[in-house]
Amino acid sequence: MSAIALEGVTKDWGATRAVDAVSFDVEEGTLAVLLGPSGCGKSTTLRLVAGLEAVSSGRVFIGGADVTAEPPGKRNVSMVFQSYALFPHLSVAENILFGLKVRKVPAEERDRRLARVAELLGLTALVARKPSQLSGGQQQRVALGRAIIAETPVCLMDEPLSNLDAKLRHDMRREIRALQQKLGITMLYVTHDQVEAMSMADRVVLLRDGRIEQNAAPAELYARPATAFAASFIGTPPMNIIPLADAPGGAVIAGTGGPALAAARGATLLAGVRPEALRLATDAGVAALVEESEYLGADTMLVCRAGDARLVARLPGRVTIAPGAPVRLAWQPQDLHFFDAGTRLRRDDVAAVPLPC
Amino acid sequence: MNRFQANIHGWLLLLPAAVLLVAFTHFPAVATLWQSFFSTGKPNRPAVFVGLENYRTLIEDDVFWQSLWNNVWYAVGTIPVSIALALVMALAVNRGLRGRAFLRMAYFTPTVLPMIAVANIWLFFFTPQYGLLEQATGLFGLPSHNWLGSPSTALVCVIAVAVWKEAGFFMIFYLAALQQIPPVYAEAAAVEGAGRWYYFRRIVFPLLMPTTLFVLVNAVINSFRLVDHIFVMTRGGPDNASSLVLFYLYEVGFKFWDTAYAAALTMVLLAALASIAIAQFALLEKRTHYR
Repeated sequence: MSAIALEGVTKDWGATRAVDAVSFDVEEGTLAVLLGPSGCGKSTTLRLVAGLEAVSSGRVFIGGADVTAEPPGKRNVSMVFQSYALFPHLSVAENILFGLKVRKVPAEERDRRLARVAELLGLTALVARKPSQLSGGQQQRVALGRAIIAETPVCLMDEPLSNLDAKLRHDMRREIRALQQKLGITMLYVTHDQVEAMSMADRVVLLRDGRIEQNAAPAELYARPATAFAASFIGTPPMNIIPLADAPGGAVIAGTGGPALAAARGATLLAGVRPEALRLATDAGVAALVEESEYLGADTMLVCRAGDARLVARLPGRVTIAPGAPVRLAWQPQDLHFFDAGTRLRRDDVAAVPLPC
Repeated sequence: MNRFQANIHGWLLLLPAAVLLVAFTHFPAVATLWQSFFSTGKPNRPAVFVGLENYRTLIEDDVFWQSLWNNVWYAVGTIPVSIALALVMALAVNRGLRGRAFLRMAYFTPTVLPMIAVANIWLFFFTPQYGLLEQATGLFGLPSHNWLGSPSTALVCVIAVAVWKEAGFFMIFYLAALQQIPPVYAEAAAVEGAGRWYYFRRIVFPLLMPTTLFVLVNAVINSFRLVDHIFVMTRGGPDNASSLVLFYLYEVGFKFWDTAYAAALTMVLLAALASIAIAQFALLEKRTHYR
């Protein structure tokens, strides 16, 4: 049984469709991430699961029960908000205990759980403070505490880390993931940060314009992107998407004379290759001109142009090549992905041709 | 020398404000206190120092005590009702509903109208025989009643006008405060299973405390200060049944021209208001969360 299930969930705001027939399942005890650029409907989807918005059509199941018509308080979920939504006039303890008091949990039970949660999150020394006396990271923990003390099987998170600095974000990411696994909660987590998605998720639901682009484990999302959008959204820097053209030998990079990348018609295809799959070659590969290079310490980003395509190569170490210099770029045939130029869907029927050496 | 010049400079800059403040606030206050220890001067008999004589008269003055008690009832009648009404109206127009702007304006209209005009409108409502209230009660066959003319109802009528006038004004403050509360609090409370009343009691009302304190202090001051409608509607009557302290003070000072006694009354009123305001802040400050 899945802890959360959506069936054809749609949300309209007047004439605009924010969420369009979205269906997915989240297995019990796993962490699923709703990922996508801003405005893709991921937060709306989460709010539909929480019951803070009513669906236009479709059904929402939590713990196997149809909760589509239930108010948020009856869905047996907890939630962490982007702004934390801590009540400013209540102390840390009162904030954490808010839901238990609403549900009239006995006082000893409340105190026991508060002690445990405060201990778990390192808040024991801060329980008497007001939220305004806490740092951003501590406020984040209080919001987490308020969510987990309810011991609901499902926890919803709306970009919980976006207000923290990079270092803290990294620590909290690991902490939230560890907490989720330790307590065995099912988490639905919204973020626009693909690093968060890749590092935390058991499953990533990639959204775009209210539709699911791909629903897969992080490794698969990286290795076998289902669409050109998925390919260009995941990875730092993202995958190079290359327009192809027809040539006598097969599909070549548009604007170049070859070599052929696939034995197929090129005009209907896009090729994709990850920057980290590109390497410099001496005699083989595709001829390109260096446009700029960016040294990042561990590696160098080399931005090149080959015909109509702009290719970013992520090369290990320091590579000093002046802009305007000719280079040759090569890759392994299995690193090449193909997408339909029209539908932008993955084309597994097209096989890559090895580059001539 | 330079230091001295700088000081002169500073004092000169302060001078205009200081002159106005002294001339129209501090000097009159001190002069009133001073006058309250003298008898009222007459053309043929100059004022003489009488010590606490005026205050002794005040203690024995039945009309003063009745005005004070009237004022206490007036405050008790207007303050909680107008504040509660203001809060309810603010909550009502803080939601997204059709004609919201119109409703907000309608609630605020009594505040914009001058009190004298308001009193005249209400005078018509309370008029015996053909007044609005009489016509309404007449429909149900109830006996005719002179609302402003009988000692038992005159004060209640005056209270009703004050509530009507003040609630809209206080509503604006509550509305502004309500709009400062992020909607995400309501969502967080809803996810935790809190009902609307629980959310109001535990979150909204405490967050409105600074506003409530401000409104309360204003309401108390207004209940001793706002007497314009008494002039139009009852002139304190019948039989001083609707006389308030400030109205009585006006009568003593400007109708009976007993200025020294009026000065003593003023001092008592000032002392009472100041101590109430201090008590309110001392009591409620601790329980108020300021963001």
